[in-house]
Amino acid sequence: MNMVVKASARTRHLLSGDEAVARAVWEAGTRVSAGYPGTPATEILESLAQYPDIHAQWSVNEKVAFEVALGASMAGARSFCAMKHVGVNVAADPLMTVTLTGVIGGLVLAVADDVGQSSSQNEQDSRYWGRFAHLPVLEPADSAEAYAMTKAAFALSEQFSTPVIVRLTTRVCHVKALVEVGEREEREVPGFIIDASRWVMVPGNAKRRVPLQLEREKALAAYSETCDLTVEEDGSDRRVGFVVSGPAYLHLREAFPDAPLIKLGLSYPLPLARIRALAGRVERLAVVEETEPLIEQELRAAGLTVHGKDVLPRIGELTADIIGPALRRLIGEPEPAGAPLPGRKADVFPRPPTLCAACPHLGIFHVLFAMRRRVVIMGDIGCYTLGAGHPWHALDSCISMGASVGMALGVDKARGKSDKNKAVLAVIGDSTFLHMGMQGLLNIVYNRGNVTTLILDNRTTGMTGGQNHPGTGHEIHGDEAPQVDFAQLCAALGVKKERIKVVDSYDLSLLFKTVRDEIKIPEPSVIITNRPCTLIGEFVRRVAHEVVEDACTGCGNCMDLGCPAITVRKRDTQELDGESFDRIFTTINAAVCTGCTMCVSACAHDAIRAIPAGTPAAGSCC
Amino acid sequence: MATLPSLNILVCGIGGQGVMTAAEILAQTAIDHGFDVKKTEIAGMAQRGGVVTSHVRIGVRVLSPVIAPGAADLLIGFEIAEALRWSDQVRPGGRIVVNTQRLVPPVVSGGLFNYPDDPLAQLVATGLEVCPIDAASLAAGLGEVRLINTVMLGAVADFLPFPVAAMEEKIVERFQARKPALAALNRQAFAAGKAAAGAGG
Repeated sequence: MNMVVKASARTRHLLSGDEAVARAVWEAGTRVSAGYPGTPATEILESLAQYPDIHAQWSVNEKVAFEVALGASMAGARSFCAMKHVGVNVAADPLMTVTLTGVIGGLVLAVADDVGQSSSQNEQDSRYWGRFAHLPVLEPADSAEAYAMTKAAFALSEQFSTPVIVRLTTRVCHVKALVEVGEREEREVPGFIIDASRWVMVPGNAKRRVPLQLEREKALAAYSETCDLTVEEDGSDRRVGFVVSGPAYLHLREAFPDAPLIKLGLSYPLPLARIRALAGRVERLAVVEETEPLIEQELRAAGLTVHGKDVLPRIGELTADIIGPALRRLIGEPEPAGAPLPGRKADVFPRPPTLCAACPHLGIFHVLFAMRRRVVIMGDIGCYTLGAGHPWHALDSCISMGASVGMALGVDKARGKSDKNKAVLAVIGDSTFLHMGMQGLLNIVYNRGNVTTLILDNRTTGMTGGQNHPGTGHEIHGDEAPQVDFAQLCAALGVKKERIKVVDSYDLSLLFKTVRDEIKIPEPSVIITNRPCTLIGEFVRRVAHEVVEDACTGCGNCMDLGCPAITVRKRDTQELDGESFDRIFTTINAAVCTGCTMCVSACAHDAIRAIPAGTPAAGSCC
Repeated sequence: MATLPSLNILVCGIGGQGVMTAAEILAQTAIDHGFDVKKTEIAGMAQRGGVVTSHVRIGVRVLSPVIAPGAADLLIGFEIAEALRWSDQVRPGGRIVVNTQRLVPPVVSGGLFNYPDDPLAQLVATGLEVCPIDAASLAAGLGEVRLINTVMLGAVADFLPFPVAAMEEKIVERFQARKPALAALNRQAFAAGKAAAGAGG
């Protein structure tokens, strides 16, 4: 258990932004919290699950998570949900209407934007939701602020009867800084009170609430002018005054330590009067915000002359080394002497992430690579997205959660010149299928699609670090939970029972044969692979294998598996009947190999075997 | 409190090597000695054999959690090609403590890219202070390859603004209660790293 869970009030701890948010949620007396794993927000719910007296759950997706939190709020409990930026797209439907109903118990939505895109398919700016849904947005810069602002968010939510967005970024979520924690406040939960005019959002009721929503926004704008989460800092260097939010503030302070600025804690609605006052004290005004020019555009619309994305990039983090030179150019100041010189960059090979040794996905991509010319492979989001890379190149798309299944039907129905005779596959993981893939499969069945869906069931949400979901048999705390049966689920969605195959991920020949057979049959089919992720408790390590050097012919077939335990020992070229062949002789790192035997199947020459008992342990270094 | 110097430490390596744990120990020890600390990590897909770095900034008051390009005082490289990759982040006059172990990724093993022939020579050619440590052998000699991060912490112990013993105790306290045998082993690993650094690698 993490130390901070048991930390007593008024002690200081080195906490990540995610841990700080979790602590604040717990201290706020929150009863219900929900989320779906997504980098960089995953650790918020993981951390919350360790606290007593609060219900924490992994929901099947972000929309459901938000609705769970909303229901708790309707019943008068403080409630919370967390997700990554793209999760809000999924949760947007309830979000855009709860902005009309408002809330009872404080409802806080923590959204983690992946500024810099370390682990996401896009870099969308969640602050738009504040404008779109007329909701307040708080922007902490570090863990201590994430803690303070999350606590304040609950009070704000109840004061104005509105959900509150706490916008985090990767640089807040995954940075550890010192936070002084407090204690949990216990709160009564009054229970749900029936009120149709409030909760039944049919047009007649909803229309009456639109003006209330706009009045609330106006009231929030007035509050923003006095809100102490926003602070002005004076400075002697008046050449530029800054309007700044989020972690960019910390970088800006390093680049311009003496500039006057207003740091927006409550960054929507904007405190226009306070910003105008700053503008009056400085020669020019610049907005430093990650990533879109939202504040900048609103200040322009309010008649202020500001700089922003005319000098600063619209993509990625705004670190000191980006802010400094950009703004110094604007004011015509030369770069300080002694600034680091670029040009020492060493030319080093890339080290892309790869699938693990014995990863059950290795086999399926090996098989798909073998039939590469005959198939279109719509992909999804998870570890298996790596199947698009070297050496498999056996995944053709990655757009959004569950999209593989939907897109596969579209490809099937379009059937263009290049894919008229190809089979269409969807490749999706267990957690992703339950998140948003089920509907796509139902749609394939309903619309008589000719798609083979591969559900790679490794019994975990792998890419985010191994979280439970309804297919794992365990809930967020690790306790037992009802486990969905994927075969039965697919049958219930209408896939014929004889078109649903469960296959051992490690049995390459059966895997190949099953895929080949199913893609020939012009109707919906599902292949479920069943080996667990190597990083979870369920995985069983077996005897490591070795390459028998005398038997190895250098064919390199085992390398095509892409297992990181298999590396090249020697390369040469063999002349045979006037032709030359490149040979690759391999070796297996016994410390990494778990004995999955997939390479044994890939080897045509029986040159790979289990290390005989009694063999001295090999060194584990490469 | 005496004037506290500030220090930018960049720890780099590969997922699974213990980069994050080492950074955490550095940060926790600094806090115990009255420093403000920020520690950032962009792991990407850390468990998947990718590049892992952690910035540890120690000072009286640390604002940005990010070490500016070319402003690291100390680079702790858990793998030699990774140390080379990040060597341009070290300020002139800065120091690199590097595990000389070579970990070859599939893209190199598969023939798409080459591993540098002599990364240590390239590091030395930067003109920075380079301290090579054969941490993998030292750890293997103690019978536990996972001790690499403790060896590396021992190797940098003399270059930090807090007493050597403080960090050793911080490492050991993680094991003392539950696994006393590991605590003893970690002491040995720490001492081995420190001695190797003292001997010039």
